[in-house]
Amino acid sequence: MKKVYRNATEALDGLLHDGMLIASGGFGLCGIPELLLAAIRDAGTKNLVFASNNAGVDDFGIGILLQTRQVRKMISSYVGENAEFMRQYLSGELELEFNPQGTLAERMRAGGAGIPGFYTRTGVGTIIAEGKDHRDFNGQTYIMEEGIFADLAIIKAWKADETGNLIFRKTARNFNVPAGMCGKVCVAEVEEIVPTGSLDPDAIHLPGIYVHRIIQGAHEKRIEQRTVRKRETA
Amino acid sequence: MMQTQPAGWDRNQMAARAAQELEDGTYVNLGIGIPTLVSNYIPKGVQVTLQSENGMLGMGPFPYEGEEDADLINAGKQTITELPQTAYFDSATSFAMIRGGKIAMAILGAMEVAENGDLANWMIPGKLVKGMGGAMDLVAGVGRVVVVMDHTSKHGESKVLKACTLPLTGKGVVDRIITNMGVLDVVPGGLKIVELADGISEAQLRAATEATIVDA
Repeated sequence: MKKVYRNATEALDGLLHDGMLIASGGFGLCGIPELLLAAIRDAGTKNLVFASNNAGVDDFGIGILLQTRQVRKMISSYVGENAEFMRQYLSGELELEFNPQGTLAERMRAGGAGIPGFYTRTGVGTIIAEGKDHRDFNGQTYIMEEGIFADLAIIKAWKADETGNLIFRKTARNFNVPAGMCGKVCVAEVEEIVPTGSLDPDAIHLPGIYVHRIIQGAHEKRIEQRTVRKRETA
Repeated sequence: MMQTQPAGWDRNQMAARAAQELEDGTYVNLGIGIPTLVSNYIPKGVQVTLQSENGMLGMGPFPYEGEEDADLINAGKQTITELPQTAYFDSATSFAMIRGGKIAMAILGAMEVAENGDLANWMIPGKLVKGMGGAMDLVAGVGRVVVVMDHTSKHGESKVLKACTLPLTGKGVVDRIITNMGVLDVVPGGLKIVELADGISEAQLRAATEATIVDA
């Protein structure tokens, strides 16, 4: 089976439909599948539901799909950096489901692991718990959260081999692993595709069984908050 | 900002006081704002490993100019650096260690705290809601929650309350409260004064506190 595609548009061919649920990797702008998001914008697919920790910024990440009104709903933990998001949300054009960050990550992981629901202490006694099943274990109250089973996962990795084994770099791994696990189909964009056999099998972060299509491309990798310290002068 | 209330500690002094809570050999998560400053005041001889919930243990300082790496950020999305003991992992693993009780302590900011340990720090109804991020998971999962906050609002109203008025981040989760006026512990029946900030009298702290203060 050939997993390597020439570009993002070809890699998404036949996978997109209106109203679908897409799980996306990334934290802030770090490790987002920027090429695949641009290809989804170009495809014009509508009424999308995104499970993604954040919503990008106005002109990068999922923000580009908000500008084109392609997103109906976001499932996210933090959406603070996006003015267009706030405008659409406050005017009722966009639906928003807040998930605690760890709950969102575990919902994705669980979906990918075939687990439809799990109990967590996170959110007990808060508005997040309203309407959810409560159950006590060993004297502690937990709430049930459901696994996410996405129609499509889009993720970004550092390196892939031709069989889709993936390696991530530093904190760009973040949601890319759980998001990649929970898609019926997972498309990964990487900075470099290397020949099969050249990655250390002990160092694979996401085994190729989860990854159906891969593309290599040039990434902008925008920095959201550039913070530096001064060099001590001798 | 004009202070109508007795000032006590400033932001850096609050962070320095919070740093006294750090125990040698532990793993700690620092929130955004004053808690981030805590890393500047880690006491000599105390080794703590900082967790960043976007997927890193062993968070280092900001990079030198020109050495920023888009793939290396903290939970506040700031560029940072790694240390010799750094480990990276995915978000599900990150919150597994948080929920699983492996992180000894979180130091977080707050909008309101209550005498029963309730914490509100993520949402003001009717105002822009950005989201809870990892705060709900942290307060539900870590061993000890220390809150660093201003004791009163800009208008002089107490933020240390009998009951929170804002939507909660967690119920009964706070262990210790460090404010510009002093240090309080959540104990059965209310809050106990642990320490007064420089220049703050017990009467001033009591007057600025709506919560029940339990006599030691």
